[in-house]
Amino acid sequence: MITYLQDHFQQTVERFYTHAWLAVLPLVIGLVLAIPLGWLASRYRRVYPGVINLAGLLYTLPSVALFVIMPSIIHTKILSPINVVVALTIYTVALMVRVIADALIAVPAEVRSAAVAMGFTGLGRFLRVDLPIAVPVIVAGLRVAAASNVGLVSVGALIGVDQLGSLFTEGFTLFVGSIVLLGILLCVLLALILDTTIVLIGRRLTTWQRAVA
Amino acid sequence: MIKFDSVVKRYPDGTTAVDGLDLVAPSGQITVLVGPSGCGKTTSLRMVNRMVEPTSGTVWLDDRDTASVPAAELRRGIGYVIQQAGLFPHRTIADNIATVPLLLGWDKRKAKQRALELMERVGLPTDLARRYPAQLSGGQQQRVGVARALAADPPVMLMDEPFSAVDPVVRAELQNEFLRLQSELDKTILFVTHDIDEAVKLGDEVGVMRVGGRLAQLATPAELLADPVDDFVAGFVGRDRGYRSLGFRAAGDLPLVTEPTVRLGADQAEALRAARDGWVLAVDEDARPQGWIDVRQLDPGTTVGPDLLHRGGTVAKEDDSLRAALDAALSAPSGRGVIAGGDGRLIGTITAREVVERIEAERSAGVPADTREPEPAAGSRE
Repeated sequence: MITYLQDHFQQTVERFYTHAWLAVLPLVIGLVLAIPLGWLASRYRRVYPGVINLAGLLYTLPSVALFVIMPSIIHTKILSPINVVVALTIYTVALMVRVIADALIAVPAEVRSAAVAMGFTGLGRFLRVDLPIAVPVIVAGLRVAAASNVGLVSVGALIGVDQLGSLFTEGFTLFVGSIVLLGILLCVLLALILDTTIVLIGRRLTTWQRAVA
Repeated sequence: MIKFDSVVKRYPDGTTAVDGLDLVAPSGQITVLVGPSGCGKTTSLRMVNRMVEPTSGTVWLDDRDTASVPAAELRRGIGYVIQQAGLFPHRTIADNIATVPLLLGWDKRKAKQRALELMERVGLPTDLARRYPAQLSGGQQQRVGVARALAADPPVMLMDEPFSAVDPVVRAELQNEFLRLQSELDKTILFVTHDIDEAVKLGDEVGVMRVGGRLAQLATPAELLADPVDDFVAGFVGRDRGYRSLGFRAAGDLPLVTEPTVRLGADQAEALRAARDGWVLAVDEDARPQGWIDVRQLDPGTTVGPDLLHRGGTVAKEDDSLRAALDAALSAPSGRGVIAGGDGRLIGTITAREVVERIEAERSAGVPADTREPEPAAGSRE
């Protein structure tokens, strides 16, 4: 493993970076898309089952299949990393819509009443009252989505997008277990870094949560 | 002034929450809506700030039809306090209180200043300003709720069971402070509760509502206790009406008797000399009543200690109600009710018989039961 890393250091670092942005970009786009969708589902009870069921359905799509059919849907090149980004964005949205909808529904009724009675209007109330209160739950959901994305990105190796997942395909074809192990270790490292980052950002946004007498 | 003019709220499923409500809540007064759950009292309250829109009829704020004012603008001009306070958990106490001023576009420093000022006003230490709601007790949170409603100095306040979620001791404390605040601020207050005792204690006028959203009776607390308009109101107002109505009658000049007393620490012989009918009243060095001593339990040579005090008797203030005076007499083991001055010093005692004679005399003289006095917290002691 050490010799492999010495021989392929530059390549491995590049793969690590590619893997990282392929996991993070969909996470950010997915979150941004899921917030309005989650709000819709929380606000209009008739929309809720439809949105949530659709999200659940999307999440069950096998990732390999999604990577493969993506080019024919969005007219990208078969090897383009955009396929991975779009597919993972779909998974992130699918996961986060439900989390966000439920987190917004869980905002205590008396807090919501108070906000309305104070004279908050629609968007102001959402951004300054409902969303901040939903942050702890959203952060928990994002941690799951981040870990899941790191795992799913490696599947992209099967359609030729070069990143840490390529260590698995290489190790498998060369029959060298240590290359696979290196891939696993680096994926875990990446997942830990992302998770820690999300937790730290979450803490910054929720000082109020730990402030208990 | 808040005025309901034939206000009806009917829901699409056919249930009628409020059925033809006509009511005026006069400026500078506390008007309480009271009734069992489902009587439409909260719905009525919420129609004032348009959190519920009336099906028909008009709610007026002075000479403005509330329906003609944009909802958010209307709400920013009306204070609102609810059960559980409904504080924003993610904002500090100061930020919670400054909510409406900031929505109105006040400058941040001024809003902050106002928040601190209000914390003092409602009896909260200002060093809580940077805490979060979860760090405060229920009673403190409710005070923040009141401060938040007062922040932009709205002339009108809506209060929806604001003191229901705290324990009885804290509730009584909050109620008393609320009355004190109102005596300084003179807001026009519409107050909703299911607790008739709270309604009678706080209201200048009390509107009793029945299930189906109809106003059964609107009257002063004394009138309500003295003359319920029908069986529903009588039943809702409850037992002990005669006794409770004494809470609205000033005691006036009672025929007090000077009571011999002993200081704590006096010896048995002195206590025996002062005792009447086996009981002697113990006072502290400032002549404030401490409790009754049963002299038969005093052994020769012992002194009057705090452990021998009988603490069951209530103390009425001389400017209290007849109810307080009667309660003092009934609760005293000696049968002699202790009456103290505003400074807490003993003035004298009175028996239940003498209080009742006063009540009888007033009845035959035709003194109306409308001399409203703040009702003392029942069982208050020095």
